[in-house]
Amino acid sequence: MDINDFDHHTHIEGTTIFDGRMAMKGYGLNKMCFAFNRADMRDAFVADPEEFMDRYGLSEAQKIAVRAKDVLGMIAEGGNIYYLAKLAGIWKLSVQDVGAQQTGVTTEEFKQKLLDQAKPEGK
Amino acid sequence: MAKIIGGITTSHIPAVGNAIANNLQDDPYWKPFFDGYPKIHDWLAEKKPDVVINIYNDHGLGFFLDQMPTFAIGAAHEYKNEDEGWGIPQLDPFPGAPELSWHIIEGMVEDEFDITSCQELPVDHGFVVPMQLFWPGAPHNKDLPRAIPVSANTVIHPIPTLNRALNFGKSMRKAVQSWPEDITVVVLGTGGLSHQLDGERAGFINHDFDRMCMEKIVDTPEELTKITRMELVEKAGAQGTEFLMWMMMRGALGKKVKLLTENYHIPISNTGAGTMLLECMDD
Repeated sequence: MDINDFDHHTHIEGTTIFDGRMAMKGYGLNKMCFAFNRADMRDAFVADPEEFMDRYGLSEAQKIAVRAKDVLGMIAEGGNIYYLAKLAGIWKLSVQDVGAQQTGVTTEEFKQKLLDQAKPEGK
Repeated sequence: MAKIIGGITTSHIPAVGNAIANNLQDDPYWKPFFDGYPKIHDWLAEKKPDVVINIYNDHGLGFFLDQMPTFAIGAAHEYKNEDEGWGIPQLDPFPGAPELSWHIIEGMVEDEFDITSCQELPVDHGFVVPMQLFWPGAPHNKDLPRAIPVSANTVIHPIPTLNRALNFGKSMRKAVQSWPEDITVVVLGTGGLSHQLDGERAGFINHDFDRMCMEKIVDTPEELTKITRMELVEKAGAQGTEFLMWMMMRGALGKKVKLLTENYHIPISNTGAGTMLLECMDD
């Protein structure tokens, strides 16, 4: 087996490979978001986000991204989209809202981009 | 002896759960997607399998990054659909088949597939949406089979290779077939197809790649094992790696299968949505 098979940092445009390196960076942020599976934890975050972020030991860079609801920023700081989705849920952002924010378009434009990828099916 | 009679694939997008909850099956946006299911309902009504092995990927409900199993098999009496923090309404528990679960775990570990056994496993939309799609009203559907959830890691790299996924299914097939009771089993491969939720490439869908995968998985799944994991991320999108579940299912179906129906539609939410029904043809 080629040793390159073990390097997961192959460059794919606009894509962050969430591997051990990113997981080390993002553990506190992801753990906080995992807690949002519980309604009482969601309420606690909404009541006092700063206290909640401190409780999970978020870095300053992670806090800045969370305060700004900046999804690309959270990903850069090690956030994993499956956990971040729970935070987006608290903010009532749909996956299309999140997609639009990351790609710099409106939600309507993002939805249209999805529709534009349809092709006629021969079957 | 237990017999695997077929495999069914479907996307398991959370929005589908909402569409079902709101009865949107005939809505113009949703109809082309839900049109893929009546033929599968007919087949299931005729075959009435005793057990469903539901291969899905947990999305941060059953497992966190503190302890992330590459392959986990449920061995519980029932599976609860718990709060994921958002999304679909919670349902009553799904009955399990723990004796068969343990038999499969025993058999696969004997076969050198090291499995994480789970006597409790909260199940998320990845498990629940397919159950609702195939057995409307689930878990309150009189034909609902007892369920065994199987979850593979697609949350954090390294994820398993496509070859490993196919071999997982083959090993699972051997274990199921050695179960002494005369029962029938259907295997679900859920997730995918191409989609990417994160990054500047969010919204990426790949029609041609999805179609190629749907074509090859029928008779030549071995060819798909040549796709590397990074190539899968590139071609199917960061979350399109869920195609691994389809390969695990395909491995469990034996050499020869017959494609009974298929459907493919772009987009459902951010995803290329694929549905296939494959009937097992090996003895």
